[in-house]
Amino acid sequence: MDHIPKLTMRIILAMVLAFGTAQISSAMDGPDAVELNALAELYGPVNFDHTMHTDIAGDCAVCHHHTTGTPPQDPRCAKCHAKSGPADEVACQSCHAAKRFEAEYLNKLAADNTIYHVDRLGLKAAYHQRCMGCHEESGAPNGCQDCHTRNDAGDKVFHAGQYAPPPSAHKAKEGH
Amino acid sequence: MNELSRRKFLKGGLAGGAMVSLLGKSSKSEAAPSFGGYPDSMGVLVDLTRCVGCRSCEAACNKEQGLPAPDLPFDDMSVLEEKRRTSEGAYTVVNKYEIPGKDHPLYRKMQCNHCNEPACLTSCFVNAYRKTPEGAVMYDPTVCVGCRTCMIACPFYVPAYSYSSVLNPVIKKCIFCYETRLKFGRPPACVEACPKEVLTFGKRTNLLKIAHDRIRNYPDKYVDQVYGEKEVGGTAWMYLSSAPFEEVGFDTHLGNDPIINYVKEFLTVVPMVLTIWPALFAGFHLLATRKDVQNKENSAGK
Repeated sequence: MDHIPKLTMRIILAMVLAFGTAQISSAMDGPDAVELNALAELYGPVNFDHTMHTDIAGDCAVCHHHTTGTPPQDPRCAKCHAKSGPADEVACQSCHAAKRFEAEYLNKLAADNTIYHVDRLGLKAAYHQRCMGCHEESGAPNGCQDCHTRNDAGDKVFHAGQYAPPPSAHKAKEGH
Repeated sequence: MNELSRRKFLKGGLAGGAMVSLLGKSSKSEAAPSFGGYPDSMGVLVDLTRCVGCRSCEAACNKEQGLPAPDLPFDDMSVLEEKRRTSEGAYTVVNKYEIPGKDHPLYRKMQCNHCNEPACLTSCFVNAYRKTPEGAVMYDPTVCVGCRTCMIACPFYVPAYSYSSVLNPVIKKCIFCYETRLKFGRPPACVEACPKEVLTFGKRTNLLKIAHDRIRNYPDKYVDQVYGEKEVGGTAWMYLSSAPFEEVGFDTHLGNDPIINYVKEFLTVVPMVLTIWPALFAGFHLLATRKDVQNKENSAGK
């Protein structure tokens, strides 16, 4: 009786593969939470509450487009994907390349002129465009550090925290 | 009779000179058509509709290029209240523009646009600049004499001068991360840092297709123009905007000719003036004074 549908299993697997350490307890419509760690260089991991966001979105297609088998919301997508059914992979990373602008990916696009989605967002932008779009509409927190805790290396790059310039530096350099 | 024939000769000489200058000019301008850019050069498409002004690109640029510490942290958004320009300490800056009738401001990232036919390059008389086949406009401080003509020539006011350096001031500007990234086929640091893919890196020709596709797919979202596609002969960095470009700080009166075209005709005349004119006018002078010389010789003969 504790048979898990094949698709759900695939979703779990994909999520685990995509995000490394995904925490999964029950599996009705995918993982409960996903740890997003693509910006580990500058920021701590983001624990994405998948269940909570599934409840808010209501429709898988809001984030997963046509890949979960539900019809896509955008009529442009529906032209091809209205009945394309569930895809083998549904994790963001399966389609949105983590290294969108590295030569390997660009060459792949250049080598195959049958690829329609030449302007597909990379992984980081897919997250941010989707997350920040909804967060803004719904009034959810939308600042960089509302979701990302900046680590020491991040503080260094942003010249913030303990690496912030002394307050006198700003005034001293005024004028030309 | 003698006087008349001389006048005729002078007239003929002037007409001939004019002919030479016309012929010289036309053959020269055919030999130097617009360059139009390297075919496989790379570029970046900047989509202003996506930018939220987080300044991650500025921070990434600062780190990658080893620039001095900023006056304020890169997460301090108060700097967006004033319109900044690129400087010796910041090769890229983001400015904020309030658009009348819109709830949201637009943010515009500025840096060197890496023109197909750079005005800085063509204005430099010691060839301190070069345009690489990958698309970067590079500057060589070892040959620069510090005349700063490039700063005046640049239609985007990008090159900055390190006035702070007493002994060896040089031009400072974005170099497309050429030495550390572009040369190896990698995107510049700002592109990699941008969280929302405001910056799309790729072959310039492909970026133009992508840009026009975005406009075609979302005609209500974009102004029907790709800034940098044609401006000043085309630039490697190009822009899409939801507001008219003049409202987000772009100069929309630059025209589509490379800056060099405005001086090309004049410059082709310069060698002609320097080589033909001295001989021509020396000849006129000798002819005009021939009588005096003959008189002198005659009187000396007597």
